[in-house]
Amino acid sequence: MKRISILPGLLAAALCLPGMQASAQVLMRGNDTDPSTLDQHKTSTVAEANLLRDLYEGLVTQDAGGDVIPGAAESWEVSEDGRTYTFKMREGAKWSNGDPVTSDDFLFTLRRMMTPATAAGYASILFDIENAEAVTKGEMEPAELGVAAPDPQTLVITLKQPTPYFLELLTHQTGKPLHQASVEEHGVNFTRAGNLVSNGAYMLESFVPNDKIVMKKNPEFWDAENVQIEEIQWIPFEDRSACLRRFEAGEVHVCSDVPAEQMAYMQDNLPDRLRIAPYLGTYYLPVKTTKDKFADPRVRQAISMLIDRQFLADEVWQETMIPAYGLVPPGIANYVDEPPMLDYAEMDLLDREDRALELFEEAGVDPADLTVELSYNSSENHRNTMAAVADMLSNVGIKSSLNEMEGTGYFNYLREDGDFDIARAGWIGDYSDPQNFLYLNEGDVSFNYSKWVNEEYDAKMAEAAQTLDLDERARILAEAERIYLDEVPTIPLLYYSSRALVSDRVSGWEDNILNNHATRWLTLED
Amino acid sequence: MLSYTLKRLMSAVPTVFIIVTLTFFLIRLAPGGPFDLERPLDPLILANLNRAYNLDASLWSQYLTYLGNLLQGDLGPSFTRRDFSVNDLFAVGLPVSILLGSLALSLAAVLGTFFGAWAALRQNSAVDYAVVGVATFGITTPTFVVAPLLSLFFGVVLGWLPAGGWSQANPIYWVLPVVTLALPQVAIIARLVRGATIEALRSNHVRTARAYGLPTRVVVGVHALRAAMLPAVSYLGPTAAGLLTGSVVIETIFGIPGIGRYFVQGALGRDYTLVMGTVVVIAVFIVLFNLLVDLIYAWLDPRVRFD
Repeated sequence: MKRISILPGLLAAALCLPGMQASAQVLMRGNDTDPSTLDQHKTSTVAEANLLRDLYEGLVTQDAGGDVIPGAAESWEVSEDGRTYTFKMREGAKWSNGDPVTSDDFLFTLRRMMTPATAAGYASILFDIENAEAVTKGEMEPAELGVAAPDPQTLVITLKQPTPYFLELLTHQTGKPLHQASVEEHGVNFTRAGNLVSNGAYMLESFVPNDKIVMKKNPEFWDAENVQIEEIQWIPFEDRSACLRRFEAGEVHVCSDVPAEQMAYMQDNLPDRLRIAPYLGTYYLPVKTTKDKFADPRVRQAISMLIDRQFLADEVWQETMIPAYGLVPPGIANYVDEPPMLDYAEMDLLDREDRALELFEEAGVDPADLTVELSYNSSENHRNTMAAVADMLSNVGIKSSLNEMEGTGYFNYLREDGDFDIARAGWIGDYSDPQNFLYLNEGDVSFNYSKWVNEEYDAKMAEAAQTLDLDERARILAEAERIYLDEVPTIPLLYYSSRALVSDRVSGWEDNILNNHATRWLTLED
Repeated sequence: MLSYTLKRLMSAVPTVFIIVTLTFFLIRLAPGGPFDLERPLDPLILANLNRAYNLDASLWSQYLTYLGNLLQGDLGPSFTRRDFSVNDLFAVGLPVSILLGSLALSLAAVLGTFFGAWAALRQNSAVDYAVVGVATFGITTPTFVVAPLLSLFFGVVLGWLPAGGWSQANPIYWVLPVVTLALPQVAIIARLVRGATIEALRSNHVRTARAYGLPTRVVVGVHALRAAMLPAVSYLGPTAAGLLTGSVVIETIFGIPGIGRYFVQGALGRDYTLVMGTVVVIAVFIVLFNLLVDLIYAWLDPRVRFD
């Protein structure tokens, strides 16, 4: 036993060593994984977006709630035809080395993004800019891109057609500016700590792969006086349980994700620190409307009514999903304050069952004669979801069978008018705008798995695309969603959610649909 | 001895060469490539990327280029960590892995030998059964169970040690990873040493030593243990190479920036150069430690001779 007595001594020594807990000024933030690069044009993941959000500020940016606010541009004007955006650069905005942020920086950045040699994976998100696609393909010179900087304080972007959600597109990390001089000086090494010059609230201090990325507050940032946290340590956690342990030990203040298998534990033990918020995604069931048995909207509506979404969210998905009674996720930008919903959202399940039986009768369909095949791509949760749905349908005598398909080819099967009855599908938005969800039901879109064609709906969508007034446009899009909900060619089931752990010492964290949480809005208390 | 060492070192070169060649071609047989993403890249962008990383050249010319760079000590750029070269990654990761590995190795060698010898000297006593029992438990419990449990108990429940994270300057971050790495090795070495010691205690030369009337301390310490160390030493060679090149499980669970994770991350991401780099490093370590084991053998066992 003598040998073992060394351990308590070591532990005692450990307790006296300083520096185990980070000081109050340092925010320890867990991230999903390490970035593959910090070159914004070569990034694609959420983890990279989280880092770049703190380092750089685009023309526009997002507040703590995810709404678009002025960033490196302090104001902008949109032309009558909605095709020309004129940005006025912010007076006094500076790079971390003291250089002024000018429109030339953005001109350089956007041209670099579209240059074929850059091989920017997300360049397509800004293909609404005039000639962008042609430049990327090498058919035009970068100088022909629809972007101009007539003077250092003005940036003019010309679009190929009116794009009411263009500002949302500009918030994507791929459009964040680059410091031309340092990029040209260091070449591919411009992303290294010491070389990287940023214009956001923070600047890169160090990057040790698989360990941490340290960022320090940028004293040159135009709003630096309102940035509270002095230093951020971003820690990659491929093992989500490791983040939970370090969170509970007080070593980490924010986890960007949580271990799904420990949801129940966190709900019991960390209820006020576990953040579950609707995310920009919907889980839904396309119904093949071209089949006779599903042609009547009342049949589809009755099937939709029978599905207990709360049960699916709580039991099958362990509260990692949220019941959905519409297609467009709540909290999306550019939409009406009270989006349309299925009118039985609040109705008791037994009443819904009675109402469904009435609808079947009106449609002249005997549910006992109805057989439904439920198709899904291999995944335990999808299988459980569909098994639960089958059980719910059997309450009124509908006979259903499950059809599991291998992931590869499943979505091709849906797109190419495969012979399914009801299938499962999910959609994660590319940008925060209802159009990105509602266009899935347009008659000629390949993602229209239900093959539903409704002229009135298509007309509303076309009208919205031409409407530049955002409030008016939102109203028209809501009318389109109302038409969709009355016909339910696809049955909305669940909204995806984002999960995070946020320490009670952190304030300023506002749940939002994009799951964007820039550190400049956060405060760390003692 | 010197000529033997040199000869062995020379024969290591073709070994490493064959490993490099096999790995280079085997990894290209795996489906997919480093730039295959969930959302497929534009063919034009992909072509630009392949050109930038010399993937558009013929496999044969890529191989020759790789060998040429390797001879100059250049392991190439990483495909999945595009802001770093493989050399950059190893320059940071290898010292961390070597530090943890050598501490774990020392701990395992000292504790394993001690407990093994102790159990052998008290064969069939409570001590012996306890050591064998705990050792069996230690061998059969995987590190991916032990590591989170230790982190949970000492980091979260007791709060004595960090639950994870790394600091090169602060040894309290080393404790749990080193202990987790060392535990199964302690168990294995203890069992090896126990078995060998029991055998040595019954051997002729030990009986002779006792007959001379030498004190037990000398009989056990000099004559029995020295012979009993041989199986442990031959086990420690490859084990040392494994420990010093990092452990993916321990690095992931404790968040340590060693090189163990690169092997798995590189393989999954089809990061050809990163996988090649880890293979080269591991191969060199194994060759070196096998040589070291042979030399220690000669020193421990005078019967071993080199021609």
